[in-house]
Amino acid sequence: MTSLRIFAVGGLISYRALFYWLSFWIFVPSLVIAPIFQILLFAYIGRSAGLESDQFYVVGNAIQYAAIPCLFAMTQLIGGEKYQNTLGAILVSPAPRLPLFFGRVVPVVGNAAFVAAFSLTTGSLILGVHIPGSAILPLALVILVAAFSCTGLGLINAALALRIRENAVLSNVLFGFLLIFTGANIPVSELPGWMQAVSERIPFTHAIEAARELVDGAALSSVLDLIGTELLIGCVYLVAGYLCLRFFEWQGRRHATLERS
Amino acid sequence: MRIARLLGIGWLFQFKQMSRSSFDSFLAICWPIFFATVAFFMFRQGGKPDALIYAGLGAAVMGIWTATSVAAGSALQRERWHGTLELLVAAPTHFSVVLLPIGLATASIGVYCMIATILWGRFVFGIDLPVDEPLSMALAIPATLLSIGALGFLIAVAFARFRYAWAIGSMTEYPIWLICGFLVPLTLLPNWVPPISWVLAPTWGMNAIRESSTGGTPLPDIAMCFALGSVYVFLGVIGTEAVLRAARAKASLSLT
Repeated sequence: MTSLRIFAVGGLISYRALFYWLSFWIFVPSLVIAPIFQILLFAYIGRSAGLESDQFYVVGNAIQYAAIPCLFAMTQLIGGEKYQNTLGAILVSPAPRLPLFFGRVVPVVGNAAFVAAFSLTTGSLILGVHIPGSAILPLALVILVAAFSCTGLGLINAALALRIRENAVLSNVLFGFLLIFTGANIPVSELPGWMQAVSERIPFTHAIEAARELVDGAALSSVLDLIGTELLIGCVYLVAGYLCLRFFEWQGRRHATLERS
Repeated sequence: MRIARLLGIGWLFQFKQMSRSSFDSFLAICWPIFFATVAFFMFRQGGKPDALIYAGLGAAVMGIWTATSVAAGSALQRERWHGTLELLVAAPTHFSVVLLPIGLATASIGVYCMIATILWGRFVFGIDLPVDEPLSMALAIPATLLSIGALGFLIAVAFARFRYAWAIGSMTEYPIWLICGFLVPLTLLPNWVPPISWVLAPTWGMNAIRESSTGGTPLPDIAMCFALGSVYVFLGVIGTEAVLRAARAKASLSLT
């Protein structure tokens, strides 16, 4: 029961207290307006270069932009404790670590899914991309899985925040890598072999492919393998993130670097 | 003379400070390179060599705006955090002379981005950017930097009393990349967009650099950069007066 309370209440309070972008004046420019312009930018580059349809860029960028809340929120929800001088108090508490850290994942997944869904809807309306009604629920599932998957990467990023100072820089760099490697704007088949190998193993690649097939009219059953792979990737990153957190917590205690900011 | 010295020292001080910040320098260099990489892949996929050169030049200038937009937006907030804003405002020198070098320094960081993006395009994607008019290019690049720096100054003034100015600055990054013709010709955009582009100095700076590169006529574009830059500085100086007067009247300079 205590674990459940730490998971739910602790996660929610941490999100409200530590996700600095929750202010309306940061949330709207950064997570509502910016993704729309990212979609427009690449859709117009695509038109200029005579490449894919608008639908390709709307779907790719809407899902890929979920990386911003996933990466930044997770970092701020755990690394932010350092700047609030509450990290020590959290880590000396007897609270079980699993619900403590995973409780912070749930609001992040919800927020990222909202950002992706809103971007997809607005981008489609602006550029006149038709999304079949039958694809809406399966798309919601894909977006949720994509958000979960990238939050796993966000947890690794958050673990690194226990060790390094420049979390905002690292989060932006990870976002840039995802922009190139996930096939959001360049078909994965057009990337060099080594980049394709990387893209197979990172969040979003399979979710974006599944979402594109759904918008093209495919049935949910035909993309279940892609969704399953994305989910598996998310689980692997989440476990890796948790192990990294425990490792850096142990390292921080050993070298007295937890409060380094 | 005193004002010129203050502008020079202010620029140098801010430039050195930003160069040592990984967020303002390292990230400002990396960030446009990520987007340039995507654009290079896309244009290479399109199979048009001319388009790749077009994208190479555009991507090089994108970095100047990236370096300016966020840093200029948060310039005053940074002074607040450092506890120096009140001292700067109370100094006998007009505050705009303190603020203008910040805008110019942020744009100057863009030179790092520009060089990095050109080298990235050259060595990773084999894009050889032509420079048919070296003299014009030598004029076009500083004109672009100065005019974008002046726009940064205007942004810093416009959001002086806004705690989250960095978010607004950051938000302007994609729209300016899009509507100033860095990677997409203005003719592709809806008809109502180009008039907005024309009042933005980056549009003319981009044109000037492209014309210098391909042997066109960059001088009118360079002149527009200077003209618009002067307008931004004029508006910025007037804006500074108004903002400081309001901040003093409402005791809201520190935004605490």
